[in-house]
Amino acid sequence: MKLRVPAAVPGSRILAFGDYQPARVVTNDELAETVDTSDEWIRTRVGIASRRIAGPEEGIVEMAVHAAGKALAGSGLGPGDIDLVVLATCSAESPMPAHAPQVASRLGIDAPGAFDLNAACAGFCYALGTADAAVRAGTARNALVIGAEKMSAWLDWSDRSTSIIFADGAGAAVVTGSAEPGVGPVVWGSDGDHHDKIIIPDRNAFIRQEGQAVFRWATGAIAPVALEACERAGVAPSDLAAIVPHQANLRIVDAIARKVKATNAVVADDIVHSGNTSGASIPLALSRMIERGDVPSGAPALLVGFGAGLAYAAQVIQIP
Amino acid sequence: MAVASDKEILEGLAEIIDDIVGIDQSEVTPEKNFIDDLDIDSLSMVEIAVAAQDKFGVEIPDDELRNLKTVKDVINFVQNLQQ
Repeated sequence: MKLRVPAAVPGSRILAFGDYQPARVVTNDELAETVDTSDEWIRTRVGIASRRIAGPEEGIVEMAVHAAGKALAGSGLGPGDIDLVVLATCSAESPMPAHAPQVASRLGIDAPGAFDLNAACAGFCYALGTADAAVRAGTARNALVIGAEKMSAWLDWSDRSTSIIFADGAGAAVVTGSAEPGVGPVVWGSDGDHHDKIIIPDRNAFIRQEGQAVFRWATGAIAPVALEACERAGVAPSDLAAIVPHQANLRIVDAIARKVKATNAVVADDIVHSGNTSGASIPLALSRMIERGDVPSGAPALLVGFGAGLAYAAQVIQIP
Repeated sequence: MAVASDKEILEGLAEIIDDIVGIDQSEVTPEKNFIDDLDIDSLSMVEIAVAAQDKFGVEIPDDELRNLKTVKDVINFVQNLQQ
């Protein structure tokens, strides 16, 4: 017996981005009141000036609803058009249920395929790759891809190696089928031998990170992944209008941008005022860049995520 | 990979340092201390180590890296491992 499958769609593209940031701004000076650090040290070593930390009312679902609602409003589609919701997060407050079904319900999206995905700081690129594949395979018409994180819930505020870095927020994108591909092939991979480099060891523990080892990996191994994503999409680095690396550390962002040699690209530096929001950082940064008019519509942008797992993923997209 | 001379390693290292932290290659001489003379911090040293690995085929682990204080220390380290 031969099974029927949907007709393939040539490509997918992003219609709109959206973002949400918690109201509360936490400065370096405020952190320096409780841990041994300083504004100058954090700015030079990590690149963060301030970050946003969620309040009790700002959970992952709440932040995701705001970001996704904004993306949906900008896309011109309605809730009834969405049939897949993928939410990337590594800071879930509880193991089940997934957040995605609740986010969909809150947005009035009726009975979509909905699930959470954990690829940590590479989560948004994994989720976008998954949604792109579903749309091209014809199993979803329009997808909502979200990165939402409440990293603060997993921070030891007395640990200056992590509390100065991580933060909260959400970003989202609406993906639709397209005759002209606007999402390039995802290049993804992982290295589980180093699973302990960035880890929350158990549900009562906090985030632990081997900063220098992660810095070495991120500044060395990720640029080749980014370059391969450009190659696979058929886009020369010099043609990129934007490069949006995961906002892990400004020094890592700069190292990747330098190695990719995207000479004409705006390099995302959202970490300066948003901190490291893990799986939310890429859509959050790009959404804000688009809103400010920093990047031209229709031009190619390189997204590259990397982090705990270790896991990494990159793809070139067309800016909506 | 052929064993590089002192001069080749120095030139290669100076190119790397110029690329990563933008210090003029003429400033990079064997007696210079990375932190005190060249104002290069430990994170930049990690980047330099990664680039040196690509260039010279010699791994400089984090444990070793903190013992390499001067340009000459790196030249000696690379040469010893290449031989």
